[in-house]
Amino acid sequence: MKAVVTVVGRDRVGIIANVCTALAGFGVNVLDINQTVMQGYFTMMMVVEVSMCNVPVAELVTNMDALGREMGLSIRVQREDIFEAMHRI
Amino acid sequence: MLNYNEILATQDMIQKRHLDIRTITMGISLLDCCDVDLNVCCAKIYKKITQRARDLVKTGEEIEKEFGIPIVNKRISVTPISLVAAACQTDSYVEIAKTLDAAAKTCGVNFIGGFSALVQKGCTDSDWKLIRSIPEAMKATERVCASVNVGSTRAGINMDAVAEMGRIVKKTAELTADNDGLGCAKLVVFANAVEDNPFMAGAFHGVGEPECVLNVGVSGPGVVYHALQSVKGQPFDVVAETIKKTAFQVTRMGQLVGREASKRLGVPFGIVDLSLAPTPAVGDSVARILEEIGLAVCGTHGTTAALAMLNDAVKKGGVMASNHVGGLSGAFIPVSEDEGMIAAAESGTLVLDKLEAMTCVCSVGLDMIAVPGDTSAATISAIIADEAAIGMVNSKTTAVRIIPAPGKAVGDRVEMGGLLGSAPVMPVHDKGSEAFVARGGRIPAPLQSLKN
Repeated sequence: MKAVVTVVGRDRVGIIANVCTALAGFGVNVLDINQTVMQGYFTMMMVVEVSMCNVPVAELVTNMDALGREMGLSIRVQREDIFEAMHRI
Repeated sequence: MLNYNEILATQDMIQKRHLDIRTITMGISLLDCCDVDLNVCCAKIYKKITQRARDLVKTGEEIEKEFGIPIVNKRISVTPISLVAAACQTDSYVEIAKTLDAAAKTCGVNFIGGFSALVQKGCTDSDWKLIRSIPEAMKATERVCASVNVGSTRAGINMDAVAEMGRIVKKTAELTADNDGLGCAKLVVFANAVEDNPFMAGAFHGVGEPECVLNVGVSGPGVVYHALQSVKGQPFDVVAETIKKTAFQVTRMGQLVGREASKRLGVPFGIVDLSLAPTPAVGDSVARILEEIGLAVCGTHGTTAALAMLNDAVKKGGVMASNHVGGLSGAFIPVSEDEGMIAAAESGTLVLDKLEAMTCVCSVGLDMIAVPGDTSAATISAIIADEAAIGMVNSKTTAVRIIPAPGKAVGDRVEMGGLLGSAPVMPVHDKGSEAFVARGGRIPAPLQSLKN
């Protein structure tokens, strides 16, 4: 099962490192990263594999959201199906 | 592979345009709960509902979290109680309503529908008992919704029931006068009621439905409104196409969530109801969509045509997005639950007669309308009869959910709170319909050919 992680916030040192470390801790494998900085704003989208995640996906969502708050960022984890359903026939 | 813009577009719809799943509603058959003893019947009902729907709210919340899309309501609908309770030796069904209320609270759902009777052709003794229990039941419970189907295209209109419902609506308002007649917000009078409607207050689990089923109602007026802002001034072909595409996307969310919930709960997936259901929140209004189409204020000339096009385009877009479509499926126009409708009614542009015309082309009917507290029962019955006639002749569902707010007059406001919103009290015609309503009997079913 895949999920999409969206990270948005003011750019600073270590965002990718922190997010990826946290994901690794949950047993989540990163499949794809797309990242850009627009006018000082960091925007990253990752496609990750959550089948081997060591906590339920709902808990992963809560934990990543909490990490985001700690870092002053928005970190959103959503099952990939929602995007597929909306944009693919 | 998904691209950046698609991901952003979806997130934008959810965060800024109020895209949500309005409700997942579990339909539960209570036909096996019949008993001669009222207390035994209540105990069976409580047990069955709390067992079947035990995990409904928890599962809904999990899905909400994983997909990142709000599921605003988790609800339950049950077999019309007039059928379930028919065998009980009792004169009142208020105890059953209290049992439904208790079961809803235990399961954590905010509404339970099915305190209902289907009397389009005539009333059984049990139907009368149910109808006459409604005012007391609405007073004694918090989460129970009642509905009565008084007409259909095949049966005509049961005018005895229509006359009685005018009195029942009045009495319900009086008994819940402390809350501006809130009881009436949980009472719907239908024509051509559907058996798989997930939306309250009119949901019930029809007898043609399986043992247990999950139905989904989507929403998304804000998404449609936003999409239309990008096609300003363009012809109606473009407008309709834009609405269709948006409705497709919105409905796919409903289909996905419904399928996932039904899998986790081990309950068959019923239908997606393709309705544009507004909320009182700014930016989540059907009226504002109509205004975006080009009307200065919702309710002015052109509103009916705009609404007809909107309603049709929503269905066309949604049909392809879902395996099974059902329920009410159309644009809702509940006055108190739609910020733009409230404003239009307050400005005096949107009046009851125009709303009635609008219900000819969309679901569902005169919904969440506050009228003066001194409106007579006969006038309310006549309003119900008009609406039922529109449904009967056009082979569509229509409904009346009207609040004769005790002590309030035109210009006042009725505060319902939460999703029910607030309604400006609208004027009704002051010429009476007493003799019309007093006739009783049945309006014959209409011809379905020779249409003009």
